[in-house]
Amino acid sequence: MNLFNIIDEIEKVDPEIHERLNPRRAAIKNITSFGSKVALAAMPFALGTMFKKAYGAASTTDIVGVLNYALTLEYLESYFYNQGTASGVVPAANQAYIAEITDDENKHVTFLKGVITSLGATPVTSPTFDLTAGNNKGNGPFKDVLTNYTTFLAVAQAFEDTGVRAYKGAAPILLGNQVVLTAALSIHAVEARHASAIRLLRHNLGHDANIRPWIVSTSAKGNDTGVAIIDGNYAGEENVTQGGVNLVTALGVSTAVATASFDEPLTKDQVLALLVGSFIVN
Amino acid sequence: MKTETNSTTGGANMARRSFLRYAGAGAAAVAVLGASSCRTGHFDLPANENNIDIGMGDIGILNYAYALEQLEAAFYLQVIATPYSGISSIETSYLTDIRDHEVLHRDFFKAALGSGAIGSLTTDFSSINFSDRTSVLGAAKLLEDTGVTAYDGAGYLIQSADYLTIAGKIVSVEARHAALISNLIKSGSFADTDQVDANGLNKSATIAQVLAGANGFLKTKVYASNFNYPKV
Repeated sequence: MNLFNIIDEIEKVDPEIHERLNPRRAAIKNITSFGSKVALAAMPFALGTMFKKAYGAASTTDIVGVLNYALTLEYLESYFYNQGTASGVVPAANQAYIAEITDDENKHVTFLKGVITSLGATPVTSPTFDLTAGNNKGNGPFKDVLTNYTTFLAVAQAFEDTGVRAYKGAAPILLGNQVVLTAALSIHAVEARHASAIRLLRHNLGHDANIRPWIVSTSAKGNDTGVAIIDGNYAGEENVTQGGVNLVTALGVSTAVATASFDEPLTKDQVLALLVGSFIVN
Repeated sequence: MKTETNSTTGGANMARRSFLRYAGAGAAAVAVLGASSCRTGHFDLPANENNIDIGMGDIGILNYAYALEQLEAAFYLQVIATPYSGISSIETSYLTDIRDHEVLHRDFFKAALGSGAIGSLTTDFSSINFSDRTSVLGAAKLLEDTGVTAYDGAGYLIQSADYLTIAGKIVSVEARHAALISNLIKSGSFADTDQVDANGLNKSATIAQVLAGANGFLKTKVYASNFNYPKV
């Protein structure tokens, strides 16, 4: 094995390799994989230790934790759309539109299970869901979710917007991980496409004349859906300060533009608090 | 370490890099992103300069994003200034929103990067017929889809969790735009196979791939010598 060839190869995907290997560097960030270019496992122990030090790699446990969390959310979305399809709540004119989303969510479940398995871990099994948000009583606030298309789309929008926030919030745990972070960001983008599409549908069907494909919050309230019971899912979307820059006062835009231009993250704890005991049966 | 610099951004980036290395990335995130009071670029392009390098490290990635946002903002400013024939009121409304978002993204990066920001790019939209809906929405789709693949593809290169989160906050809005534009072109095409793969994942692209495409809309060519896209 030629160490310099390896470093040259790494440099192709990580131009900062030399800086990372410098022991004086104060802030070491994580990376755990370079895809197929470098097989870290094949390196001698000493070399592996050097790279591990340089990248401060997130543990496989942490990565699997994020993936199982994502899988749980995808189970919920997949179950929701599959149940919606089976129930006949989706009108014929929208069936292809909803089928596109259903198909993506089912693929996300399959994909995440595959990634978790490939890491030598075990995918979590699906929780029990109550789509009425009634914690298994079936009579929650969305009790007509599978019979009333307006309710179905409102719940769909909440799930998609919350899914976007969840992936965003988990991303820093995967910092620097080319394979897993890129995959997570790629699912994140698809959830945002879905959110935009569901919002457009709700607008076009007249379910909510003011709804936009993006989240337009006021300074008082993040939730722009008109469904008060999901205020918590949008809490924080009213933020107008990004990276220390107050977009309204420093850049002169309206609160509507400032909030719509940036989507906000939610932590795992925040997301699970919103779902467990209502949609996810505990 | 590669230390290619150019007359436009090299000095600023090297200064930033020194700060990043010795002050620590967390402190630097606050310092750099808090530098909103310093919005006058000290490194504006000389008139005869026709290319820019994004620089290196996280500042390079942020400048990469800034370059793409400049391009998108300029495009939508033109779209709203000279609307295509037959534009509907709701299309005007959506495209105006998107213009406002992209202009804000551009101005945010400029403010956040401060003196580390690359200069203003000169665009070349000669391939777009702004009076034709198909041409405009086709270009909008290309720009939005490219933006999504760019952020997704560059995310793993970001070393600061704070910067990664900011990129994440923007990319989902770009994906919302991309889906809306696709739906305006053809209802139901918001996650078509041209952008979403067989696993249900949005496509991602390298900096080299994105800039090679973006430069087709730019008179000021943008390069990334530290990210495998050097000026040739």
